[in-house]
Amino acid sequence: MKKLINDPSNVVAEALHGIEAAHPDLLVDHQHKIIYRGDAPRRDKVGIISGGGSGHEPLHGGFVGLGMLDAACAGEVFTSPVPDQMLAATKLVDGGAGVLHVVKNYTGDVMNFEMAAEMAAAESGSQILSVVTDDDVAVQDSTWTAGRRGVGVTVLLEKIAGAAAEQGRKLEQVGDIARQVNANGRSMGLALTSCTVPAAGKPTFELGENEMELGVGIHGEPGRQRVPLAPAREIAEMLVEPVLADLPFTRGDNVIAFVNGLGGTPLIELYVMYNEVSRILRAHGVQVARSLVGSYITSLDMAGTSVTLLKVNDELLSLWDAPVKTPALRWSA
Amino acid sequence: MSDTVSTVALDRWIRSFALLVAENKDELTDLDAAIGDGDHGANMDRGMRAVVAALDSTTPTTASAMFNKVGMTLVSTVGGASGPLFGTFVLRVGASFGDTAEVSLAQLAAGLRAGLDGIVARGKAEAGDKTMYDALAPAVNALEAAASAGMEKAEALEAALTAAESGRDATTPMLALKGRASYLGERSIGHQDPGATTVALLIAAATRAPL
Repeated sequence: MKKLINDPSNVVAEALHGIEAAHPDLLVDHQHKIIYRGDAPRRDKVGIISGGGSGHEPLHGGFVGLGMLDAACAGEVFTSPVPDQMLAATKLVDGGAGVLHVVKNYTGDVMNFEMAAEMAAAESGSQILSVVTDDDVAVQDSTWTAGRRGVGVTVLLEKIAGAAAEQGRKLEQVGDIARQVNANGRSMGLALTSCTVPAAGKPTFELGENEMELGVGIHGEPGRQRVPLAPAREIAEMLVEPVLADLPFTRGDNVIAFVNGLGGTPLIELYVMYNEVSRILRAHGVQVARSLVGSYITSLDMAGTSVTLLKVNDELLSLWDAPVKTPALRWSA
Repeated sequence: MSDTVSTVALDRWIRSFALLVAENKDELTDLDAAIGDGDHGANMDRGMRAVVAALDSTTPTTASAMFNKVGMTLVSTVGGASGPLFGTFVLRVGASFGDTAEVSLAQLAAGLRAGLDGIVARGKAEAGDKTMYDALAPAVNALEAAASAGMEKAEALEAALTAAESGRDATTPMLALKGRASYLGERSIGHQDPGATTVALLIAAATRAPL
């Protein structure tokens, strides 16, 4: 294992110190491993918190700031944070208008957030609303699985719901926007290599030199199919076609097209991918209203990509365009 | 050996479980890497170390206080799905014990039943889903049967262990329907469930402690 670390068991704590040092407008509660806005709680603004296992950076801590999250809870690498963390974060950001919990659909995350919401309601009477993202079309959505995983849509949702909260909308309305984003977004990912969890010291799974894992999860969960290595144009089809077919996206739809890197893939390859993705969308008559290309929801050092499409209307688009100022995503009006 | 279980014995059980988790940490992690995300051993070990430290700092004098402390520590330190599941299990067992310094075999069985119900409420698991439930439910059934048949404590715990271990082994051919393993579909078949493995260690710890 070659990594820029000091001690595998100290990676999360040291990274939080780094974030604190690099971003003076953010604060870090090191005991609870929470990154939060320096101006939290904002009076009468709905607070938005998220969190999850570490190793997906910039998700979620890199999205704390104006127009996005108020706080992010960092778990151990690929391990959900514990209820104490979400409870503390909820208290930190509750300015009286309630708190939205953004939860990716993984068994552990859902249960830990659920326990935190129960504890917060019992302790402080905070008004809490939870929205679960489950956009990964690689997982069959049936009563026979834990449901689809929350992946790329989480990034878009945090931006769009964050803008809605910043405008002063009420908790129910911010929750409706968040659910609307999740309902209209779909994703699928592919790995060229495994990731290596620092504490494990070896790759999470074996993947041959000429193989790819189609439908991989962001924790290195194997996908449903192992396929031979293929050129970007074929990979784009393997990812975009199932995403398009699932919602389904149809001719004339406006979308935000998000080509994401999983951590170990250079930006130049993501642009090669984006070129293929936009070609396929054009062929289907799907209009790209906005795009996002880069590594925003990652799986440590995994090489690979995911494609997320979000069908948008004018309202979602104007919320997407609203100003945002976070370490990983920032633009002005 | 008396037929009741003292708080001292319960403390021994928990510490013995912590040792077994530490000894089997790598095996648990490997099982999880095959069908999950490869952190089960490390997470349970971190949690049980914290539990032992908590018990070292103050020794609760009642069974309910002890299990409450263990459960809260697990919820706060394990993370993942195992934290809420094992934490909820232990908290419910403790709540069922009440303010007593020792529990009978029947109370122990009733406590484990309450814990199992807690796991079902939290995780929505059913028999055959390839989860910790598949080792725990047979163990609880066996312990209840042994208690009502008036079996001696050591013998009853051995029966529970046998049931837990066959329950654990039976998870191997199962198709996972809950948790991360369910994402694998057919590919989850042929792998032993890590959560069920940990449950078998928990019951093994009770026979080793001994209670």
